[in-house]
Amino acid sequence: MTTDTGQNETVGRSIPRLEATDKVTGRAEYTHNLRLPGMLYGKVFRSTTAHGLIQDLDTTAAQAVEGVHCVVTAKDIDKVLTDVHYGPAFHDQPILAIDKVRHFGEPVAVVLASDPHVAEEAASRITVSYEELPAVFDEVEAMTSKAIVHEELKPAGTFPDLRHLDGRKNTNISLDYHLRRGDVESAFKAADRVFDHTFHTPPVMHVPLEPFVSIAEPGDSVLTLHTATQSPSFVRIEIARLLGWPENRVRVKVPYLGGGFGAKLYIKLEALVTALALITRRPVKISLTMEEQFYMLTRHATTLRIKSGVAKDGRLTARQCEIWWNGGAYADIGPRVTQKSGFTAPGPYDIENVHIDSYALYTNLTPAGALRGFGIPQLVWAYESHTDMVARALEMDPLEFRRKNLLRNGRPQATGTVLRDAATGEVLERAAARIGWGEPFERGSGTVRRGRGIAIGFKASISPTTSVAIVNVYADGSCALNCSSVDMGQGSDTAMAQILADTLKIPIGSITVVHPDTHVTPYDMATLGSRSVYHMGHAVRRAAEDAREKLLAMAREVDLPAETEIPDIFRKKYGMQAGNVVGTGSFIPEYTPPDYETGQSDDVTPFWMVGATGAEVEVDMETGRVRVKRLVNVADAGTLINPRIVETQLSGAAIMQLGFTLGEKLEFKDGVCTNVSLANYRIPGLLDMTGTIENEAVDSAEYGGPFGAKGVGESGTFGVSPAIANAIEDAVGVRLTSLPMTAETVYRALREKQGEPLEVEDLA
Amino acid sequence: MSSTKKALSFKLNGESVTAEVPTHWNLVELLQNRFELFGARESCGQGLCGCCTVVVDGRAVSGCLYLAAFVDGAEVVTIEQSADEHGLDSVQKAFVETGAFQCGFCTPGFVLMARQLLEEHSDPTSDDIRHYLSGNLCRCGAYPEIVEAVKLAARRG
Repeated sequence: MTTDTGQNETVGRSIPRLEATDKVTGRAEYTHNLRLPGMLYGKVFRSTTAHGLIQDLDTTAAQAVEGVHCVVTAKDIDKVLTDVHYGPAFHDQPILAIDKVRHFGEPVAVVLASDPHVAEEAASRITVSYEELPAVFDEVEAMTSKAIVHEELKPAGTFPDLRHLDGRKNTNISLDYHLRRGDVESAFKAADRVFDHTFHTPPVMHVPLEPFVSIAEPGDSVLTLHTATQSPSFVRIEIARLLGWPENRVRVKVPYLGGGFGAKLYIKLEALVTALALITRRPVKISLTMEEQFYMLTRHATTLRIKSGVAKDGRLTARQCEIWWNGGAYADIGPRVTQKSGFTAPGPYDIENVHIDSYALYTNLTPAGALRGFGIPQLVWAYESHTDMVARALEMDPLEFRRKNLLRNGRPQATGTVLRDAATGEVLERAAARIGWGEPFERGSGTVRRGRGIAIGFKASISPTTSVAIVNVYADGSCALNCSSVDMGQGSDTAMAQILADTLKIPIGSITVVHPDTHVTPYDMATLGSRSVYHMGHAVRRAAEDAREKLLAMAREVDLPAETEIPDIFRKKYGMQAGNVVGTGSFIPEYTPPDYETGQSDDVTPFWMVGATGAEVEVDMETGRVRVKRLVNVADAGTLINPRIVETQLSGAAIMQLGFTLGEKLEFKDGVCTNVSLANYRIPGLLDMTGTIENEAVDSAEYGGPFGAKGVGESGTFGVSPAIANAIEDAVGVRLTSLPMTAETVYRALREKQGEPLEVEDLA
Repeated sequence: MSSTKKALSFKLNGESVTAEVPTHWNLVELLQNRFELFGARESCGQGLCGCCTVVVDGRAVSGCLYLAAFVDGAEVVTIEQSADEHGLDSVQKAFVETGAFQCGFCTPGFVLMARQLLEEHSDPTSDDIRHYLSGNLCRCGAYPEIVEAVKLAARRG
């Protein structure tokens, strides 16, 4: 075997993605492409009201359409499953609506046919009427509303901190999370100045260009799911629970994903196609249209209140945060967002007295879940807008104010966990330096003005979560890496192969990454929260070390020196090219759960992600249009496994967040989403790239990470929105506290500042 | 549903082919259901994202809005047509080198449009590229790398 020279052959190099050729030739495999013999296509019939009791559901006309195999409603599902409700935090979501619908677009029935056009035509002939129920749409109103979305709370039982909610009635609060540190009330009294601001973010959507798609294939004893999911292991365990089967009878296979961004997590279509395949005993595929995708999952709308006390010298002495998360009709992972992100609500600042109340709320909107940042972009929007407003009110330079209060390594975060290996200072300084903070720049003239803004955010990793990897070394020295990380575009296949190549000291070209298939790839919690490089990377490194030790042991056994080439070891042992050496590795980080009353924990996360953005904008005061001329994204990603992929992650995340900053918003009227197409819900295109985007990962290393690496998929989103809001104020003196900052909202703010506010209908 | 069918004969990636298809099928359905070609993908279903781009008689069309029946007698080129016997063309190579894709779902559409752009303008500016490719969307946000890739391909000719 090649001896260790201490040099990394691939880690730190920008090698192209392993699947690059397949992607540019259109040959990459997606669930979208798969069809099976005898397969039926399902078309979902959806609710047309936000909250109502189902009456007179009539499927006879649909059933009569020539070519229809069958029409399925909730009562048919009940016959084939042990449980018909699913969800990662709460078992609250029915596979098809049972007696009641809780949001517009909820699945009520499904038509199955061999021809998808027949299924679609037949679904349009289903009729239903509803007895309308009082509905609640606003997250703050949901706290006290008499309209109750769920009769009783049903926590999944997997999370100890949700147990106290079991059986709770007459409430829309699916989780209340609290953090108490120091004494904010006394600190506010003692403060020189106190500032109190409220911010809002609207519901927005992931819009993966490959919409949700799942296929269930029934077999004699094993049910196989081919599905575009970020969480194959979770899908297997949850589907096995719904079926009352052991895990080994459910097989989940995942090829590449055409984007995920947090949408394709937990159960989406998988429970539905499972039930349909059991009912029909045939393979069933459901692939959603872009329009239907808008009824599946959003990013939480939020109301965020933040109050700070500041001493005479500009030190932040107290901060109180209240956050209301609009979870929509089903909890999905919202309660985890509320807690796991909620504890970072005061921002990366060193504040002695902190008080956080974070509430996950049910409403009658589309369910909300994780979207590239797990709630962090909403929180950073609030605390970095607020921080800028405070600095300006104190007539302090916003960068200097941040420097003065920044949370640095060695100091306790609000949970009490001491910050380590989080390059907050370096990230802030590099963002400031690259945007040219403090240097003169062309500020524009007349009605077109320029300004600059800066913002910094941070995020804890979801913890504790497990990853397992298997390295299978073949007799010719090539090998397969079996792991359940899902490559949805972030480049995890390539990163894992690089970690394996350098640990086992083999060329990257001799590694095949086996895509998630729960029959052959081991458990992984999920591909989410920028966790894969750290968690799966550790497991891969350990599996590779295990394989290496076994190869060395085999060499010793057959009296070969340690430096023998791998094929020669196998040949001596088995007399020919035969055999395998299998290395395994698993990883779960240390973790201390936060105290329920105080939110305190001495080890709340295995690592911290840090991201800052500097923005230079141009505002046209006659139209309100904002053009971003420069966007500088800086992050701490630890050691870079693949610098080019890291850069594209930072850039892509910032561009996505740019959409949420300047344009994207799901419009709801009486609970009905009215912009369910890419024509009316515009995502960023090339013409929205109105300036330059620069990205930088600071020089750092994560002590606990494989090769010093940590996650980076979300860090580019953190600072974008507040940096742009801060730049807009710098340019034209108006402060926006709600996203998105469209031309209309900027123009309204300008007119209001001029003392000539527009009437609501002026622009309607 | 009506089961009217139409017999088509056309050139697909240089080969003469025939197919009988329901008249309501679009071009993506024809390619996927009759020829197992999956590089053109329906995403938005409205001709706004470019994932379904197919070249018909030398012009890029949205395969999700283009009726299959219209390709009768036409020359159809999809992403699956290789530039030469084995390899990638200069646009595809540039996309690989610059990392101009992430999930890859929109990539075939961008590659076909970039090829068409370079046939019309051998040395496009960034603005030319932004405008010409503005009908293609990439949710992973690989836009800066895509512009870089097209420029690299142009330089190499």
